[in-house]
Amino acid sequence: MDIILEGLRQAFILLVTFDPEVLGITWFSLKVSGTATLISLFFGMSVGTVVALTQFPGRKFVVSLINTGMALPPVVVGLFVTIFLWRNGPFGFLEILYTPAAMIIAQAIIATPIVMGISLASMQQLPKKLRLQILALGATRLQMVRILIREARLPLLAAVMAGFGGVISEVGASIMVGGNIKGYTRVLTTATVMETSRGNFDIAIALSIILLLFAFLINLVLTHVQQRERPR
Amino acid sequence: MTFSLAGTATAQPAQKNVILATTTSTQDSGLLDVLLPIFEKKTGYFVKTIAVGSGQAMAMGAKGETDVLLVHSPAAEKKFMADGNGVERRLVMHNDFIILGPAADAAKIKGMKRAGEAFKKIAGTASLFVSRGDNSGTHAKEKDIWKAAGINPVGQKWYQETGLGMGQTLGVAAEKKGYTLADRGTYLAMKKNLGLDILVEGDGILLNIYHVIEVNPKKWPKANVAGAKAFSDFMVSKETQAIIKSFGVDKYGSALFFPDAGKKEEALGK
Repeated sequence: MDIILEGLRQAFILLVTFDPEVLGITWFSLKVSGTATLISLFFGMSVGTVVALTQFPGRKFVVSLINTGMALPPVVVGLFVTIFLWRNGPFGFLEILYTPAAMIIAQAIIATPIVMGISLASMQQLPKKLRLQILALGATRLQMVRILIREARLPLLAAVMAGFGGVISEVGASIMVGGNIKGYTRVLTTATVMETSRGNFDIAIALSIILLLFAFLINLVLTHVQQRERPR
Repeated sequence: MTFSLAGTATAQPAQKNVILATTTSTQDSGLLDVLLPIFEKKTGYFVKTIAVGSGQAMAMGAKGETDVLLVHSPAAEKKFMADGNGVERRLVMHNDFIILGPAADAAKIKGMKRAGEAFKKIAGTASLFVSRGDNSGTHAKEKDIWKAAGINPVGQKWYQETGLGMGQTLGVAAEKKGYTLADRGTYLAMKKNLGLDILVEGDGILLNIYHVIEVNPKKWPKANVAGAKAFSDFMVSKETQAIIKSFGVDKYGSALFFPDAGKKEEALGK
């Protein structure tokens, strides 16, 4: 128990003294995971919406694939992204292995199916008659989609939170494609792994607490947006 | 500490980056945190340290995915050189491996002079032994000792492989009150939380030797030859060797590594 109290104390000290290294790692974690989440929103919500609103042969199969993707293990993503980005690999010419860009790519791959799956489900659960009604009132298809997205805002923000939560807490892919390089690709999770293996449990706990704190703050803001004005 | 942002990586010329594949012990002991900023300031290179086991480090080198290696698995290193994967292999430093275990010491190996004999007793009493099991330099050394003892422990009930780094494996051994083999540097750095004692030390076989190897640019044209050479030169330079000599003395009361640049490998531990 002492070690947890010591960790709490360390976390407090690191935060109130604005420890430059910890602040850097925290800011960098938010930046990488935030960017990856934004990318995943673009792909996840667009594809999710299209699949939700259209009928085509093999649709059930595609939905199953997306739902399976929601459980995509980060280490598997990390392994494949690493192999593709090796300098003697197919995308080696990009020279981005062990850079923040590689981490954003890996995290975006992890978050996209999560956002896609939840978007799909949330768009699909809207009553079918609503669509007909909107179209009957003379809306274009694009206008209809915009109204539907507004209607599904609650679950769609849940998709954002799930996607962001999935990548900010992820360690397997980040350590493989980023390399946990000090001051460059070290994020809160990889730093926690390293401090644990160094036996600095107090610092590891402090980093975990900071990670939880920021995850909480971001979800607080998102929840605030989500619950601000309930549709209907 | 300066903090690079995502955009700056691509702005730098590619040859600025030097990829260093090294063992977990050099990172977990904190040595690289001291040495790398000096090297980067001096030369303008940016070192990307990938801390993995020596086995994985050499696998990366053999695929041309790293520029320079700092590793401690001499037999595997010789094979690496013989296969033409490296161009220069230079002795940097050594420390030693130690056999650790719980104070209760059920196998009664405390104070034994020969590591192989101690391993025999651990096997004979079927006492729990926690192995790295990850093809690291430490794992290679452990296998050497089992070989010297004439025992194949793999598959035995009392032999458990973690597949993790040194720090985590020490944690497992401490938690399960098992025996394990560790490098002294990582042990000293983690000692305060462990409750494992040094039971056997000083045998010649327990020597832990670190070499720096530059990856063969003829085989892998994308390797950063100049950067690798600069790092290798830096590791064996007088100033660096002096830092290695004093590293850890203030914190742990004794040095974690002994500088050896320019010496012959055979002359160590005599």
